Amino acid sequence: MAQADLLERIYFGICAVLAVAGAIGTVSFPNPIRGALSLLFSIVAIAGLYLQLHAPFLAAIQLIVYAGAVVVLFLFVIMLIGPDAVPPKDSRAIVARVGGGIAGTAIGALVILVLARKTFGRIPVAQAGFGSVESIGALLFSDYLVPFEVASFLLMVAIVGAVAVARGKQPDPQAAPKDLQASKELSAGEGEVVK
Amino acid sequence: MIPIPAFLVLAAILFTIGTVGFLVRRNVLVALMSIELMLNAINLTFVAFNRAYPNEHTGQTTSFFVIAIAAAEAAVGLAIVLSFFRLRKTVRSDSADLLKN
Repeated sequence: MAQADLLERIYFGICAVLAVAGAIGTVSFPNPIRGALSLLFSIVAIAGLYLQLHAPFLAAIQLIVYAGAVVVLFLFVIMLIGPDAVPPKDSRAIVARVGGGIAGTAIGALVILVLARKTFGRIPVAQAGFGSVESIGALLFSDYLVPFEVASFLLMVAIVGAVAVARGKQPDPQAAPKDLQASKELSAGEGEVVK
Repeated sequence: MIPIPAFLVLAAILFTIGTVGFLVRRNVLVALMSIELMLNAINLTFVAFNRAYPNEHTGQTTSFFVIAIAAAEAAVGLAIVLSFFRLRKTVRSDSADLLKN
């Protein structure tokens, strides 16, 4: 029993260190590509913590959605933007930034203090099937059916919205033939002038 | 058995790092990644509290929906970043000042 406990502590320690190191890397690397890869470390470590908390379904979802989709999307966008993704150093609003950093740290320290003082009684042993795909799936299609459908609708709206926003301004298809003709006439005219 | 407050404190540390990153960094991409970090920390809190009260799955289902919303948010946010980059040729959030003056 003591050995299992020690192993559990070591596992938690590795995951916690990876998560915090990845988080610090995400916010401190100047190059966003390195930031995205640090975020990947953090996400995988958090998936490991989900496993320890008896949430295997969420661990799988975390890996598929975050590591598989969100981080890859970040990498795609960073690569589309290219070298401009690392803007040159600029000290505008430096006071606001430092003040924001101090305020954020203070609020975080308060939250950490409050949470560290929280005590739980004996944690009940999880029943078999706690957090499994079956139990969460059954819940999603019974008690949480409406939120589930709303979430799927939201995802569809997000896809359409993302495409519409990222595509930018396209030339008006109605105006295109006229413009083409005009440019042809123009080029023909230019040709005559050259003659 | 790892005590639940250990997970809660770890999640609070991750959330703090995300908050500070969001407030201090001026790269829009890093700001979006900090938001993802904060959402992850909150999910960890939900799952840890759910482990403390394992008769229901409320925390885990809430985390599931948070992940779905976070994915939608990342997609739309990155589309806005791309659009902003086309307009201004930079990803500094200071440069989003069309409505100034």
